[in-house]
Amino acid sequence: MKLTVWTYEGPPHVGAMRVATAMEGLHYVLHAPQGDTYADLLFTMIERRSKRPPVSYTTFQARDLGGDTANLFRTAAQDACDRFRPEAVIVGASCTAELIQDNPGGLAEALGLPVPVIALDLPSYQRKENFGADETFLQIVRHLARPMARTARVSCNILGPTALGFRHRDDLVEITALLEEMGIDVNVTAPMGARPGDIARIGAAHFNVLLYPETAESAARHCETAFGQPYTRTIPIGVGATRAFIAEVAALAGTALRPDEARLRQPWWAASVDSTYLTGKRVFLFGDATHVIAAARIARDEIGFEVCGMGCYNREQARALRATAKAFGVEPLITDDYLEVEAAIAALQPELILGTQMERHIGKRLGIPCAVISAPVHVQDFPARHSPQMGFEGANVIFDTWVHPLVMGLEEHLLHMFRDDFEFHDAAGPSHHGGHAPRPLSDAPGALPPDTQDISEQKMPAATAADRPDAAAPAADSIVWLSDAERELKKIPFFVRGKARRNTESFASGKGLNEISIDTLYEAKAHYAR
Amino acid sequence: MSALPAGGCRDLPVLRERGQREVFCGLTGIIWLHRKMQDAFFLVVGSRTCAHLLQSAAGVMIFAEPRFGTAILEEKDLAGLADAQTELDREVDRLLARRPDIRQLFLVGSCPSEVIKLDLAKAAERQSARHAPHVRVLNFSGSGIETTFTQGEDACLAAMVPVLPQTPARELLLVGALPDVVEDQALALLAAMGIAPVRVLPARRLGGMPAVGAHTVFALTQPFLADTREALLRRGARQIAAPFPFGEEGTTLWLRAVADEFGVPADLFESVTAAPRARARKAVAAQAETLRDRTLFFFPDSQLEVPLARFLARECGMRPLEVGTPYLHRDILGPDLDLLPQVPVLSEGQDVDRQLDRARAQRPDLTVCGLGLANPLEAEGLATKWAIELVFTPVHFYEQAGDLAGLFARPLRRRALLSPATALEAAE
Repeated sequence: MKLTVWTYEGPPHVGAMRVATAMEGLHYVLHAPQGDTYADLLFTMIERRSKRPPVSYTTFQARDLGGDTANLFRTAAQDACDRFRPEAVIVGASCTAELIQDNPGGLAEALGLPVPVIALDLPSYQRKENFGADETFLQIVRHLARPMARTARVSCNILGPTALGFRHRDDLVEITALLEEMGIDVNVTAPMGARPGDIARIGAAHFNVLLYPETAESAARHCETAFGQPYTRTIPIGVGATRAFIAEVAALAGTALRPDEARLRQPWWAASVDSTYLTGKRVFLFGDATHVIAAARIARDEIGFEVCGMGCYNREQARALRATAKAFGVEPLITDDYLEVEAAIAALQPELILGTQMERHIGKRLGIPCAVISAPVHVQDFPARHSPQMGFEGANVIFDTWVHPLVMGLEEHLLHMFRDDFEFHDAAGPSHHGGHAPRPLSDAPGALPPDTQDISEQKMPAATAADRPDAAAPAADSIVWLSDAERELKKIPFFVRGKARRNTESFASGKGLNEISIDTLYEAKAHYAR
Repeated sequence: MSALPAGGCRDLPVLRERGQREVFCGLTGIIWLHRKMQDAFFLVVGSRTCAHLLQSAAGVMIFAEPRFGTAILEEKDLAGLADAQTELDREVDRLLARRPDIRQLFLVGSCPSEVIKLDLAKAAERQSARHAPHVRVLNFSGSGIETTFTQGEDACLAAMVPVLPQTPARELLLVGALPDVVEDQALALLAAMGIAPVRVLPARRLGGMPAVGAHTVFALTQPFLADTREALLRRGARQIAAPFPFGEEGTTLWLRAVADEFGVPADLFESVTAAPRARARKAVAAQAETLRDRTLFFFPDSQLEVPLARFLARECGMRPLEVGTPYLHRDILGPDLDLLPQVPVLSEGQDVDRQLDRARAQRPDLTVCGLGLANPLEAEGLATKWAIELVFTPVHFYEQAGDLAGLFARPLRRRALLSPATALEAAE
């Protein structure tokens, strides 16, 4: 038994739903009590799908338990086939139905339904959502795909995109276009958009493009063994990874065609001087292993951040993440306990979090900006605009997304000069995020470990003795600006001049000075600079 | 009131259906109960699905450190390798040590804990003894095999009734978790009529929990509290039957029933209610312009459907085509059913696919349904109102009557605002 407040992954049958909902012509008969229908809203509300997920829930109740829950399942399966006329059916149990051991697979088999029936065995008390998706897709491919002759032209399948995936919709558009530019046909894309009949002809492709190991690695492995199809190992997230992916695909396809890089802006955006301020910013990464590993490379090699920690919530992919963490010289954090992640972030005090929606909330509490790089998804992760993570456009999108929570280049430069100004200080937050100044921790709800608070105190504008006016110090209005200092002040751009004046006066006041000279002005500037 | 359409749905035949239900389970009630009871923690003993439901239904992490959580059963708990009771004690000890502000702990049963027959009553008793007097531990079931959505609140309140202290006093007890602002309005109206003291179940804190006895009279503010009502009757309390306080008419009839019980003079009643009644009427009238003569279809959800249909039909001029409710408690809904103009279909329970067929055939102007159905129906060109907002939003009593009507008017006004071309694209 383990106390959980928030979870990164749903139960495995939700993973199965992500596969079923992504596909066409497939129906999922789920042996489950009534409350489990909540999962429909994940798809209709978060992803704004215009159709109900193709799932029939048997909706058994307490009074059925002593009686015939198996019969409820039979009726639901038969009704679903009659009403929705699917080309194939997947059947399984949610956590509660697993306990009553009705064997949905056997029951559906005995019904003699006119379509293939694929039984799912998803252990709800051991595994989670990603496993559920991966295993479901594997079973669908095992049951429906058969060895067959390769297509005449070089072709591949794209494996992995599901419903409720983090930017799967847009990644698919990007990668499909990229493959087309390389002269490679897409034989089947699955699960997203595939019908059971499409799955049957997976074997015709020359190789597989595996976009998301979380949801399709088992199926890709199966195809490698059963049909001799190699699959791509590189996940094309980031400029370097996209180029490496293109090279890998080109080798598999034996093509010399390369996609056009003209639309790739990220490298110049990172090289241009406004981005100087990104140098060495400490970032913490957390999410699913695939997105975190890709993000770590982008952060270090393509944006110039310093990766100060990384972790993932899915143990299935933990080995790869550990290897990456080792290469980056940081401790890997493999956990699905959000409190542990919060503690790690609080201890490391990064300047930016690249995480999931959970870390976004942690960031809000700790006053640390956050950009979202991975599932679990939120309604915000399904923007109306095209917003991929993969390919060249994905690299552009990622640059914008990660930089957005931070203050802008010139703005940060000014903040460094006048860091303690009453309205122009670090804690006021980026000026393009109106009204979102992080609260001091002492006001934040909820108990935090004391060490967190200590660290955050340091992050708040330092209140040194020199800054604090006290009774013995001259009041600011009794301080005289010497004429050369006054002239020097006028050389400072008008939009920061008032702040420079106040900061200098406050510095002078702290030092017990009555006069401000040019030296005082520059000593003040040096004092406020980092 | 004599001008309003004649009612009478009490003896209407009910279409009873059994099939797939597109409704939340009772655990969902925790989302508003934990806001209401400010020193309570709700510990669900269940599966990852339970935790995921709470997270999804609540919206991801609205509250930084919520006062609810899930003790997730693992393989070893089920296989009997670990004593689930010992494991639970350990988690509770850890939780209470971390949260000294918690005075009431509810162990909430779930589908898996019910199926494996994990005895949470025994656990609550043991833990109560262990953590008394600082923390009181009770249990109830929010499982989907036993409770539908708002029944979770009913189960929670019903669990509290037997442990309420005894009182010989003649006191009014209001039963049902209302938002504080609404509760305060109700208490102010009753106080102005000279009815005092008035107790509330659930109270905001453990120390404020009411006492109950043979001279207690109670009024329900929510129609889904059947088990709580039974439990109060067993304690000797007496119910004041009334329509539910939705809209100007419902609120007035509810208040009048209470006022009559306490012998409030008619002129005092009139002077207390006249101004807010006028405000409510005016506010409802503004929204009713949008709602009048529009057809209405309720999918079963919160058990508020019958009183809301009554309000929308009588005060807003809507025409209900089907009023579906998970359970139809005639004992509780009688006064509302009497007022509800005869509706073509009054249904109890659900077979969602058949009900969708009926809705599609009738194409109502407004469909009230759960979040799983709303966008798919919108895409088919049907305007919808998410039912869950009706339990999360302050909608009771006079000052909210206009807001309540507004919840139904907004989707229709929005639809009229968006250009037809855009609407067509959304429906593909």
